[in-house]
Amino acid sequence: MARAFTPKVVTANDLIEGDVIYLTEQDQWTRHHNEAELIDDEAHAEIRLLFASGQHAKAVGVYLADAKAGPDGPEPVHFREAFRAKGPSNYAHGKQETRA
Amino acid sequence: MYTYSEYDDAYVRRRVAEFAQQVERRIDGSLTEDEFKPLRLMNGLYLQLHAYMLRVAIPYGTLDSRKMDQLALIAEKWDKGYGHFTTRQNIQYNWPKLPDVPAILEALADVGMHAIQTSGNTIRNVTADHFAGAAADEIEDPRPVAELLRQWSTDHPEFQFMPRKFKIAITGSPNDRAVTKAHDIGLRMVRNDKGEPGFEVLVGGGLGRTPMIGKVINEFLPKADLLPYCEAIVSVWNTLGRRDNKYKARIKVTVAENGLDTFRALVEERFAEIRPEFTGVDQEILASIEKEFAAPAFRNAPTEAYDAFYAADPVFRSWADTNLAEHRVEGYAIVTISLKAHGQTPGDASADQMRVMADLARRYGHDELRISHEQNVILPHVHKSDLPAIHAELAQAGLATANVGLISDIIACPGMDYCALATARSIPVAEQIATRFDELKLEHEIGEMKIKISGCINACGHHHVGHIGILGLDRAGVENYQITLGGDGTETAAIGERTGPGFAYDEIVPAIEKIVETYLKERESAEERFLDCYRRVGINPFKLALYGEDAKGRARAA
Repeated sequence: MARAFTPKVVTANDLIEGDVIYLTEQDQWTRHHNEAELIDDEAHAEIRLLFASGQHAKAVGVYLADAKAGPDGPEPVHFREAFRAKGPSNYAHGKQETRA
Repeated sequence: MYTYSEYDDAYVRRRVAEFAQQVERRIDGSLTEDEFKPLRLMNGLYLQLHAYMLRVAIPYGTLDSRKMDQLALIAEKWDKGYGHFTTRQNIQYNWPKLPDVPAILEALADVGMHAIQTSGNTIRNVTADHFAGAAADEIEDPRPVAELLRQWSTDHPEFQFMPRKFKIAITGSPNDRAVTKAHDIGLRMVRNDKGEPGFEVLVGGGLGRTPMIGKVINEFLPKADLLPYCEAIVSVWNTLGRRDNKYKARIKVTVAENGLDTFRALVEERFAEIRPEFTGVDQEILASIEKEFAAPAFRNAPTEAYDAFYAADPVFRSWADTNLAEHRVEGYAIVTISLKAHGQTPGDASADQMRVMADLARRYGHDELRISHEQNVILPHVHKSDLPAIHAELAQAGLATANVGLISDIIACPGMDYCALATARSIPVAEQIATRFDELKLEHEIGEMKIKISGCINACGHHHVGHIGILGLDRAGVENYQITLGGDGTETAAIGERTGPGFAYDEIVPAIEKIVETYLKERESAEERFLDCYRRVGINPFKLALYGEDAKGRARAA
């Protein structure tokens, strides 16, 4: 039996700033994980990944990352994605800096 | 210290102009990321977890105050006000923005610095003993040779597309502070029967997923043969090295697969072929480089003030006992400035701290600074009478931590807080270990202890050669830390032995405490270092402390 598909978000780094970005349902890029489009269908995920991979002027290193639904929108599953969504643990830099 | 010739300056500026155009074309969409990535990597620009990262070369770890001031300016103007000194004597900026990078490289060129060959499958920054030119045990200052190697390897047409990266380390002392045995080529200055200086050449050392101690390929290489011999080694590997599998591409695997004798024979053959092409121009260049590394004008002055201060002030005494090393000139000392304040990120310095260190070097240190692979900063030439003033200024800047060589003087790679390759965090583990042993007030009692932490198998944190090594891994989506014991990065180099199964993030500090408790219980006297005690008693008492009675069973299950 095929494994159940884990929901995903499309993520990348911004070309200019280098920071983490996520693809929204409206084909825009957001800097906030909870605003990303949560994709729960494998075929749709492939389409979204293809679309995002074509955004050469905006997104670098596009990939699908596991995510889950939360009260305020999608949340990261793996700790690596949690760090990407927050920033480093030694200084309040990165996303935690601008969101504080 | 070497100053750029007109040729060097023109070359670096040409590269900056070239990269500026490439950045422009990337931003306007003329270049895709696939096209741009190799170009940015050639200029030391990585894309990490949260941002771009620029790795700037500090050749053989040597700086003057002007360069250090410029590094501070860059940190302030284009980054977040700090820089991270690495285990390869470089500095990394964690937050540059792509459009700013050409301006940063221009600012580096203004002080004779660059980021070329700090990435990619090229010969990387040549690292050297951070006490070079100052150490009491030194045969010769190895830095002129390191500079010659830098010039030879920079943009060397044969070595721009190699199977993998290539790292050279050099020391002029029998006490190896440059980890030469864990490099692709390690050079150790020695003397032959006639008393002439030459090199013992090691090849095929390295850490990463296949840790190996370098093997002696040549017991005594005359100084004049150095470049052709190194060229022969790199050339043979460049041809023979495996390009089918990046995990088997490093020279350590080439040497292991072909055998040292076969490899040596090929090197000798290639050496015989190319040696005549080196007509002595390299030696003329070396002679002119050597003049630039002439020893400073040391002064002869009384040191009574130092002795009196040492006797009177316990804080100063504690710092002097741990952070000073013996200088080759009487009345002088080598100062190691710890970038390991308890609870802080190993190797980080703020722009203000960089300026303080630059200023101290200018006023008291013959304008010289070094970066050590242990992520500290060195003032190599300080007269002892100036030490009380230096210590006071360091204390004001939060730079007077008295812990060099102790348990809180930890090497740590950036780990998953920054690095895209990491599988777990390193920095907070280092911070917590340092904080814990500071609370216990045990670190001076423990004595010499080298803890080294890597956040992935690539081993930038040198964990294999740590007395205690910690390797952070991702085990089923959770951070997990493996411990190795008995590693050694010096002339008696050894790869550490794994204790058994790893520990969770919140278990790792207690596990280190258990190891230290076991050492304090097992050691014969306070003089027996952890490493010596470990070599005497073996791994079993430590396993028992970590895993209890089921140590054997759990070790098998790992």
